[in-house]
Amino acid sequence: MSDITIIDTGIANTASVTAAFERLGCGVTLTHEPSRIADAPLVVLPGVGSFGAGMRSLRVNKLDQIIIDRVNNNRPLLGICLGLQLLCDASEESPGIEGLGIINAMVTRFPYTVRTPQHGWNRVGDGYAYYSNTYRIESIPDGWAGETSKHGSPFVAYLKRANTLACQFHPELSGAWGANLLRDWIENAKEVVAC
Amino acid sequence: MLTNRIIPCLDIDNGRVVKGVKFANLRDAGDPVEQAKRYEQDGADELVMLDVSATIAGRETALETVRAVRRELSIPLSVGGGVRTTDHALALLRAGADKVGVNSAAVDNPGLLRELADQVGAQCVVLSIDAAARRDGNGWEVVTRAGTNRTGIDAIEWAARAETMGAGEILLTSFDQDGTRSGYDTDLLRAVREVTPLPVIASGGADSAAHMLDALCAGADAVLAASIFHDQDTTPNAIKLELRASGIEVRT
Repeated sequence: MSDITIIDTGIANTASVTAAFERLGCGVTLTHEPSRIADAPLVVLPGVGSFGAGMRSLRVNKLDQIIIDRVNNNRPLLGICLGLQLLCDASEESPGIEGLGIINAMVTRFPYTVRTPQHGWNRVGDGYAYYSNTYRIESIPDGWAGETSKHGSPFVAYLKRANTLACQFHPELSGAWGANLLRDWIENAKEVVAC
Repeated sequence: MLTNRIIPCLDIDNGRVVKGVKFANLRDAGDPVEQAKRYEQDGADELVMLDVSATIAGRETALETVRAVRRELSIPLSVGGGVRTTDHALALLRAGADKVGVNSAAVDNPGLLRELADQVGAQCVVLSIDAAARRDGNGWEVVTRAGTNRTGIDAIEWAARAETMGAGEILLTSFDQDGTRSGYDTDLLRAVREVTPLPVIASGGADSAAHMLDALCAGADAVLAASIFHDQDTTPNAIKLELRASGIEVRT
């Protein structure tokens, strides 16, 4: 059984994320303590709500540098929805607010010609993922692997680099397909932690 | 491409699933956790739970039900019914709801949706509209308190305000069609579709895939049904096969 540490800054659907990992047999800790998040083997950055509120909450809890250090040291991190966007440089949603700058990309709004928020299931590779978003990254940045979905035009479904996985969709709400993705992240991340 | 959602609805009273016609004559229809799991296995894209219990004790039980369903359910869970305060909505979200629907309280206090959206984001906030045809036949008005209160508010104007009020989605129930199994009110759907950019869930009156096709063609992004799934007349997967054959994008 793996121990999962979920960053709890009071702005996310932590109940759904917790339940998803518990169904996989994981132990789950919710915390916003910097030292515990720095030391934990597997960390999840969930998030709903606005980019500005999310960054403010990370800064107030002194978690911004800790997340950057984790990624730089190749320690496992999973970002979900707003959790992906916070890893980027900035977002149209909250002009003037700097993101964590781990993913060199700008988060932009879906055009008004498509339904927003995008609420529902959209194809990712051979499966379907559940999205609930109005903002997104338009293309896969250099240095990252990943896949795109299409809502009007293509947008980033998820990005992967070493032990960092960042999903625009909600794997915790994406049925069996999402559960497999979470299981794969744990399995792959564990190998490196053991080294 | 974003697919159209098929959403079973569970009405919950004191921890049990119930079903009535026009929001009345409730009869027991089973255990919410078991039904939620079955719906997920049968291809539901999301689940809506409406707390129809009228007491404080009933609302406490509803929180427990949300927790129990959340533990088992790996698709989105939207919860509504009797949500009157921001604190109540936040409690439901903490218990495991992914979205919270507000109906009567939004009419009494339109600021509630904005207050909620500022805390949790508009994508977690659903404006639930129960619309009934006006008695003079001229459009629809918003009804609240299980249809017992006719507000006089124009349902289309109300829907048009949803986005600025703080909602990220509209659950549109035809009070006249609810429980009748004679089809969605597609005129109502078309009228609402014209005035809002938000996703709209059609509710009230579904009996078949053909009804759902009509609703999706009238501009709904998702279709909700209770009776046909409760009574096991059909499943979300069976509906989807028919919709797909008609060229509608669904998750299979």
